Amino acid sequence: MIRIFKIALRNLLRYKRRTLLTSLLITLGIVLVILFSGLAGSFKIMMIGQITDSNLAQMQIHKKGYVSSIDTMPLNLTLDTKRYKKIEELLSSNTQISAWAPRIKLNAMLSNFKDTTNIRLNAISPEKEVLVCPDVASRMTFDEKREPGVLLNQGEVIIPDKLAKGMKLNIGDPIVLVANNKDGSVNGLNFKVAGIIESILGPQGKEGYMHIKDAQELLRMDSPEMIEVAVRLHDFDKLGKVYTDLSSKLAGFINKKGMPEFEIHTWDQLSPFSNIAKMIDFMTITMKIIMIAIVLISILNVMMMSVYERVREIGTMSAIGTSPSRIMSLFLAEGLLLGLISAIVGNIIGLSGIFILNIYKISFAFGRQDNLLLAPTVNITELLWVSGIVLLISVFASFQPAYKASRMEPVDALGHV
Amino acid sequence: MALVQIENVSKIYQTGEIEIAALSDINLSIEKSAFVSFVGPSGSGKTTMLNMIGCLDKPSSGKILVDGKQVDSFNRQKRAAFRGDVIGFIFQSFNLFPVLTAYENIEYPLVMVKNEPAAERKEMILNVLDSVGMLNQKDKFPDQLSGGQKQRIAVARALVTQPKLVMADEPTANLDKASAINVIRLMHEMKDKFGTTFIFSTHDPRIMEEAEITYTLVDGKLS
Repeated sequence: MIRIFKIALRNLLRYKRRTLLTSLLITLGIVLVILFSGLAGSFKIMMIGQITDSNLAQMQIHKKGYVSSIDTMPLNLTLDTKRYKKIEELLSSNTQISAWAPRIKLNAMLSNFKDTTNIRLNAISPEKEVLVCPDVASRMTFDEKREPGVLLNQGEVIIPDKLAKGMKLNIGDPIVLVANNKDGSVNGLNFKVAGIIESILGPQGKEGYMHIKDAQELLRMDSPEMIEVAVRLHDFDKLGKVYTDLSSKLAGFINKKGMPEFEIHTWDQLSPFSNIAKMIDFMTITMKIIMIAIVLISILNVMMMSVYERVREIGTMSAIGTSPSRIMSLFLAEGLLLGLISAIVGNIIGLSGIFILNIYKISFAFGRQDNLLLAPTVNITELLWVSGIVLLISVFASFQPAYKASRMEPVDALGHV
Repeated sequence: MALVQIENVSKIYQTGEIEIAALSDINLSIEKSAFVSFVGPSGSGKTTMLNMIGCLDKPSSGKILVDGKQVDSFNRQKRAAFRGDVIGFIFQSFNLFPVLTAYENIEYPLVMVKNEPAAERKEMILNVLDSVGMLNQKDKFPDQLSGGQKQRIAVARALVTQPKLVMADEPTANLDKASAINVIRLMHEMKDKFGTTFIFSTHDPRIMEEAEITYTLVDGKLS
C-alpha cells in the first residue's frame, strides 16, 4: 500500500504545474468554505446568543393564543398564580432547565412632562431575569454611582436608547408611565429613568424594562399575574429535546373548554432572526456544494488526462502482470493523494485565516446595531466534515478514470500512439 | 514437453466490413531454454504472434499452450496472473516507468505483481542488475540513461521474477547497431545463465544471425 502511494505521489509530481493548479483550486474551495463557515457560523452564534441571553431567553411559555396576538400585547391572556405554580412545578422537575423567570409585556405612554410617546415594556423580576438572560445587563448603561449588580429597583424604568435620544431623556430624569389595564381603565405612575438599553434585532429588542411589581400596580392587578415565563437550559444544544418534552407535558394541561392551557415556543419561533439563521445555513450548504463541484470536476479532469496520457504505461503495467484491481488502486491513490494534500493545505490556510481574523476582529453593523465585533471560530467537526467530503469526492471523481485504466486491454494500450 | 505449443492458430482483425488475417493456421512448438526469433517484413504478423504467445491477445481460432496451460481460454484476471508468473516482457520503446529509478523499475514486478518480501527483493534486484552490468546506474531515472542502458534495465525487469519465458517485440529497433547487438548478446547470456526461453521479433538481418531458431512470417503464414 505504501508503495502504491509512493508511485501515486511521484506521478502527481510528474505533472507539477497541473497538480499545483488543481491542488490550488481545491485548496481555495476548502479555504472559502472554512472562512465562510467560520464567519457566518460565528455571526449566527453571536446573534442567537445575543437574542437568547439578553432578551428573548431560550424558550417562552404563554397562555394558549398569546403568541398569535403578540403584536397587540393583550393583557387578558395572563397566567394567574395557580397556573404559574403549575408551570413552576413542571420546570423544576426537569433537570435540563437551569432557570426561569416571569414577565409581563405591556404597552404604555411615556411622558417627560413635555412630550409623550408610546413605549413597549418588559416587566421583569430582576433577580430571576439575570439568571434567564445573563447578558441583559450588558446592553444597559447606568449611572456611575449605581450600586454594582443592581439591575432594577421598584420605581425605576430602563428605556431604549432611541427613545431616550428622541425624548431627550437622561439617566435620573423623572417620567410618567400611563397604561390601560385589561378592563380598559387608565392608570399612571411616576418613575425615574435608571438606565438606557441599547436596541437589538427583533421587535422585542426595542423594549424598555420595569419591575414586575410596578407593572402589576400600574395595571391594577388584584393578584399577581404574568404574561410569559422565560426559560433557560443548562445546555443550549439540548433545546430541541427539552422543547419536545415540555411541549408534550404542557399539552396535558387542559382548560375547562377542553383546550390546551399553555403554549411553548423556542427562540427561533419568536425571533425574525431565525429566518436569517436559516439563510446562513443555506448559504453555508451552497458553499459546500460549490466546493464539492470544484473538487469533483478538477480531480475528474486531472485523472482523465492522466489516464489518457499514460495509456502505454498502463499497457506495460498490465502486460507485466499487474492485476486490474491494482492498476485501479494506483489511480485511485493519485486522486486521493491530490485531495488529501489539498485538504491539508486548505485546512492550514483556512485555520490561519480564522486565526488572523480573530486577531484583527471584524467590526460591522447589523440592523440598528453598530460596532459588532465578529470573532470567527470553526469547530473540529466542521473541519473533519469538510476534509472527509473532499477525500470522498476525490476518490469518487477518480473512480471512472481508474476503472477505465484497469479495463484497458494490454495489447490495445501498448499499441496506443 | 514443449514450453510453447501452437496448434492451428489464426487471428483475424475486423475493420468495418473488412477482415484482415494477421495470422493464418499457425502450428509450431518451442522448447524450453530456446532462443527464438520471428522475422519478417512489417505487417507480416510478428507482433501478433508474440502477443498471442505472451497472453496479451487471444486467437480467433486454434489453441495455444504455454507451460502446459491452455492460455487462450483464460479470462483477463487469469491472463494477468499467468503473465506475472510465467512471462517477462521487453518492449521496443523500453517502456520503463519514468517516475521510478532503474532499481525501482526492476523492483516493480516483485512488489506489484509477485508481492515478494523486501529482504529477498533486494538480493534478487542486485543480482539481476549485476548480471546486466547496470549495478552502478541503479539510482538513475530512465531519462538519465541511454537507449542501450534503458533496454538493459528492461531486460533486468523482465528477468527479475525468473520467468520461464521472455517475449521481446523488436527489442533493438530503437537502438544503434552496437547497442542492438549488445542487447541481443545480453539476452543470450541471460538465457544461458537462467535457462530462460527467449522469443523475440526483428526485421533487422544483423540481429537475426544471433537467434538459435528463426521462424519467418510472411502475410501471417510461416514460410
